[in-house]
Amino acid sequence: MTDGEERDGGKERVGGGPRGFEVNLDKVREILKAHKGERGGLIGILQETQAAYGYLPRAALMEISKTLKVPMSKIYGVVTFYAQFHLKPRGRHVIRVCLGTACHVRGGEKILEKVGEVLGIQPGDTTGDLEFTLERVACLGACGLSPAMMIDDRTYGRLTTKKVEKILKEYSKEAQGA
Amino acid sequence: MPFSLNEFKKLRLDLMAKAKEPLSHPRVIVGMGTCGIAAGAQEIYAALSDEMSREGLRVQMKRVGCIGMCEKEVLVDVELPGTPRYTYGHMSPDRVPKIVEEHIKGGKPVDEWVVGVITDPENPYADLPFYAKQRRIVLSRCGFIDPESIDDYIAMGGYGALVSVLSTRNPEAVIEEIKKSGLRGRGGAGFPTGLKWEATRKAGGDKKYVVCNGDEGDPGAFMDRSVLEGDPHSVLEGMAIAAYAIGADEGYLYVRAEYPLAIKRLRLALKEAEDYGLLGDDVLGTGFNIHLKIKEGAGAFVCGEETALLASIEGERGMPRPRPPFPAQKGLWGCPTNINNVETYANVAAIIERGSDWFAGMGTEKSKGSKVFALAGKIANTGLAEVPMGITMREIIFDIGGGIKDNKKFKAVQIGGPSGGCLPEALLDTPIDYDSLTASGAIMGSGGLVVLDEKNCMVDIAKFFLKFTRSESCGKCTPCREGTMRMLEMLERISEGKGTLEDLEELERLARIVKDASLCGLGQTAPNPVLTTIRYFRDEYEAHIKEKRCPAGVCSALIAFYVNPEACKGCLLCQKACPTGAISGQRKEPHVIDRSKCIKCGACEEACPFDAIVRGKEGVA
Repeated sequence: MTDGEERDGGKERVGGGPRGFEVNLDKVREILKAHKGERGGLIGILQETQAAYGYLPRAALMEISKTLKVPMSKIYGVVTFYAQFHLKPRGRHVIRVCLGTACHVRGGEKILEKVGEVLGIQPGDTTGDLEFTLERVACLGACGLSPAMMIDDRTYGRLTTKKVEKILKEYSKEAQGA
Repeated sequence: MPFSLNEFKKLRLDLMAKAKEPLSHPRVIVGMGTCGIAAGAQEIYAALSDEMSREGLRVQMKRVGCIGMCEKEVLVDVELPGTPRYTYGHMSPDRVPKIVEEHIKGGKPVDEWVVGVITDPENPYADLPFYAKQRRIVLSRCGFIDPESIDDYIAMGGYGALVSVLSTRNPEAVIEEIKKSGLRGRGGAGFPTGLKWEATRKAGGDKKYVVCNGDEGDPGAFMDRSVLEGDPHSVLEGMAIAAYAIGADEGYLYVRAEYPLAIKRLRLALKEAEDYGLLGDDVLGTGFNIHLKIKEGAGAFVCGEETALLASIEGERGMPRPRPPFPAQKGLWGCPTNINNVETYANVAAIIERGSDWFAGMGTEKSKGSKVFALAGKIANTGLAEVPMGITMREIIFDIGGGIKDNKKFKAVQIGGPSGGCLPEALLDTPIDYDSLTASGAIMGSGGLVVLDEKNCMVDIAKFFLKFTRSESCGKCTPCREGTMRMLEMLERISEGKGTLEDLEELERLARIVKDASLCGLGQTAPNPVLTTIRYFRDEYEAHIKEKRCPAGVCSALIAFYVNPEACKGCLLCQKACPTGAISGQRKEPHVIDRSKCIKCGACEEACPFDAIVRGKEGVA
């Protein structure tokens, strides 16, 4: 649910550049085994692959293409259609700031700006240390608590720019501690 | 341990009887929907548990889904043996010790924090305006049962409809009952559910599917999320009944990935229902088979459109297909498929149990039953409200919703998300049903209501929605792909003060073309926000065009920030907040904004405690 420009992944956006290691294909092979013979399983396989690698490495997609006997062009078509899929490495934490109607009228843009300012990145970008990726999302369904954002699977509501600073500080602390 | 029909009937009666027994220990209930958790419910739950064990108290702790009062989250309820259920709102960990000490141990509710009392679970919070006008069918169990416990659902009568259908009715009779109830699709267009089922049943072929559309993509709508999080079994039961009626043995629940908690609880519910023999092969030993699976959406708004959703389940790009053939004839993998949305399925069991006459007794001539509305935006009580069809918008916003936040003036209500429209004050007294809303230029949609006040600009709102539909357009058909783009360009010109009256005319004309010529619902309804705002708020468009002025002070190209020297106390706070250093002035002296440096971010306005920052017209000092 991001803007088209960010969805196609056409621009080099990762701050620190791709990590320089070989992609281990064991994980994707295991996923493919679990889905063997399943009809219409491509999206599910891609979702699990992304969960395993944090993004969709080209080598993993080739493996999927080979095993399912689906052309790479078709896989690329599916991957780039859905906002959820990413062809570039992403941060350990994904921050999704809600810009749905309720959040829009209650100042969601200011929250997005604040997060961007604190992390020093634009929506769609990942911090250089691969800790955070910032995204906008069309609606989290937490309209009753707007403006809202989600960090990984956790939703934060009734945000103010001050609260955002506090929340991000907690996450940064955790990152330094880790 | 799959049960047989008779075993399950007995279990059900036992659980229902047990639920009616008086409490033996105090019960503490914490609202743990996404809203509750976002407001900090997990911390409160932990604090309560700690406090109980520290005090050595025997207390039954219970997690429930959303009861609808999002504004007052975190909600914690305390029920002592023989007393009503007291609800505490805006709970924070520091309030825990006092509630434990005075209420749980001492038996005396802490009145200052109580936001409501439930004496009759059938009619919760009868004395609160937020609930007095509600009729809760779909939400009747949300906030009462533990969504992670099938026994809790059964104890409140759950799966009774499925049992009754499997033991006493043939599929045709089930379809007849749904048809007679007048239930219409709750996902947007309002197609009669019974007719859809009938068409799918009558379609040829051995293999048929049921699909639940849980891709609640409309920004501003969150009722399906709350139902899935708060009462997942009601949706599964409705789907099982639909499958029985149409002759399907397989089905999918398509839920958007932005709702991880709903997916988690649904998975658990599926497993529990399978363990009990309520889903799967040979349901309750009756020979009926139904296998349900969950498909997570991957983030594409257009997948809420039924044919696009089917393409997505098939693992393809979620692009819509021309209709006919309708999914009832040719749906998933070419087989007849019945698609309803979450709220529609959640109505089914209640209709079977209480009868179509009861259901049809509510609502207007052509729109029966209730509808859940999600109240958001500049409204005092945000939350979920389930009301009988035919209620007026004024009742929902002012009686249930408590009016406008911060005593501002009502300007419009946006209903139906990007497919809907903005309705002005003058239409607030129209009874709400599918047809009256369509006549007004909006649509029922999924039922998201976003209230706008005088500080919202209608051109900006139209632009907001068009930006959304432009970026979510799948690109398959030209009217939608190109039309939304061109419309957005015109709106942008207008919001920057560069528009002409011809632009406005052209915008309306193009909007009608996109509406008529697009392939699917996304494009056909995308112009609604533009058309309704022009229809009801033309003067605002004209102010942007003729006077280069944004009356609400929103469109940044047309506004400028000034310091009102009389209100300014010289506190320096705005200077600290300004990201570009555009504000100067000594302490205790009125500040001044350097307009050449100002980027109009509004940070100063937010920081100023004295309302001394004012928005004026660009170009006038």
